[in-house]
Amino acid sequence: MSAALRVVRAGLFDTIQDLGRIGHMALGMPTAGAMDRVALRLANALAGNPAGTAGIEIGVMGPDLLVEADSVRVALVGSLSPALIEAEGAAPKPLESDRTHLLKRGQILRVGMIEGASTAYVAVAGGLALPVFMGSLSTYARAGVGGFKGRKLAADDVLPLALDHAPPAEERKLGATFDYGSGPIRVVWGPQEDYFTEAGRRTFVEAEYRVSKEADRMGIRFEGPTIEHAKGADIISDGIGPGAIQVPGAGLPIVLLSDRQTVGGYPKIATVASVDLPRLGRAQPGHAVRFTAIPVEEAEALRRDQEARIARAIAGFQTARPPGGIDLARLYEENLIDGVVYEPSSASP
Amino acid sequence: MSVRYLSCGDTAFTVEFGNEISPGINGQVMALHGAIGMAKAGGELDGVVETVPTMRSLMVTYDPLTTSRAELQPRIDALIAGGLSAGGTTRQVRIPCCYDDPDFAPDLAEVAERTKKTPEEVIAAHLGSAFKVYVLGFMPGLAYIAGLEPSLYLPRRSQPRVRLPRSSVAIAMDMTTIYPFESPGGWHLLGRTPLLMFDQRREQPVFLAPGDHLTFERIDRATYDAIAAQAEAGTLDWSTLVTT
Repeated sequence: MSAALRVVRAGLFDTIQDLGRIGHMALGMPTAGAMDRVALRLANALAGNPAGTAGIEIGVMGPDLLVEADSVRVALVGSLSPALIEAEGAAPKPLESDRTHLLKRGQILRVGMIEGASTAYVAVAGGLALPVFMGSLSTYARAGVGGFKGRKLAADDVLPLALDHAPPAEERKLGATFDYGSGPIRVVWGPQEDYFTEAGRRTFVEAEYRVSKEADRMGIRFEGPTIEHAKGADIISDGIGPGAIQVPGAGLPIVLLSDRQTVGGYPKIATVASVDLPRLGRAQPGHAVRFTAIPVEEAEALRRDQEARIARAIAGFQTARPPGGIDLARLYEENLIDGVVYEPSSASP
Repeated sequence: MSVRYLSCGDTAFTVEFGNEISPGINGQVMALHGAIGMAKAGGELDGVVETVPTMRSLMVTYDPLTTSRAELQPRIDALIAGGLSAGGTTRQVRIPCCYDDPDFAPDLAEVAERTKKTPEEVIAAHLGSAFKVYVLGFMPGLAYIAGLEPSLYLPRRSQPRVRLPRSSVAIAMDMTTIYPFESPGGWHLLGRTPLLMFDQRREQPVFLAPGDHLTFERIDRATYDAIAAQAEAGTLDWSTLVTT
């Protein structure tokens, strides 16, 4: 019997994502990939996976997943409210986020709602056994490619697992919640800042904008004061990098994210620094945002600093239960607390 | 040759060869696209991730953990200074298009009004245009096709549509396009083709290629339905639409 996670109830917008489909933009193929690459990387590191392994990106509300494998280790990263584990004959028990959990056949992981953000991640130790399309497992739903059948997860989907049981390892957790930073979203002017008046550029960096309801994996439309164009809202289409902020004729900014088109014909006043893209990947409708401009050298340095902080977070993982031999008393106690029956042979090194 | 470098944040920049659509400028773009690909294949330009050609510019994406804008820009300058050579293929492609169903052409009347033509004159001008595919982008398989009859030039809609149907044929500025998927879009819809511009089942999922010469061929709704059924079933003989 092959190992799988079965979707017994769908969430809202859950897709398989890795770090993106790289190298095909010239064919018009968007990169897609995780909206919050930091969280996906932490989830993969917790699960013991390489950084580029595909996981499940949870959009707003996650699915219920039935374990159809001897065992599976999952890492949950994000502010779930909380996830629950449910087994036949036992009441549902909460599962902490930002750590791994060992699940057994027949148990149901109820990922549930995300609080205070729009995305969270479930990584599976060993990864998912899905077909690679153009070098990536990332779902790009507009073209119906990648991930699971090129679409968001639906009830009765069966996600095949690469491993039929969880590899022996200790459960691990983040030492501290990752700090995404606060304050204004940092941007670099360009590529078409000269298509806006000085007053328009000032509006952009001085006003407060709100994430509108039109926010998805492609981008976020903001509500707020309109930005004045200097020479129309049409350019000859050029390339769109991650975080490009285009301003169509109506004057309101649209930040383009993972599923963004590869090229476009609206002038782009600025581009979000890559360090702050995960913050926008987590932003919810109604969220207030200010923008501040920095030089490209500073944006590059901030990104390198964020990478160092990710590396420190990974080095700072803690064991989620005592190391060493089997602590039967502790196991028994934890089973009572969280309702998970751990396989001693799998839970211990 | 002088180029402008435009910032696209800390993971990309755009090399702009000009601010007009011309075969010469596009040829330079495609030549630099090729030259960077060759350099990368030869182990140079460490940290360059990929390049995205457009009508008049090339976006270069890079990994700021490996390299930087300051390090890359002089290297791109050196490639350009070393001389760029162009290449390419030419195909003639026929695109059947149904202009007659109002559901397919919701903007035909407005385009006619704004260009001071009758709808039939708009259709005739679109059919009479000598089109060429310059670049693919926006989404997989979407071609930017220049050569539109100048009397049809209009700016894009000020507010893009959030959703428009797959295979819509549209115009904006001096170009036409065919939307490969249901998608958002800001161009004026004049008709619909029964062809699929992107089909995962095909060995080459993307139908059009840069350099293709294109003409539209008017079909009625019954013909549209017949060809669309073949395209959906995957039985359409695409080779009859393309001559090399």
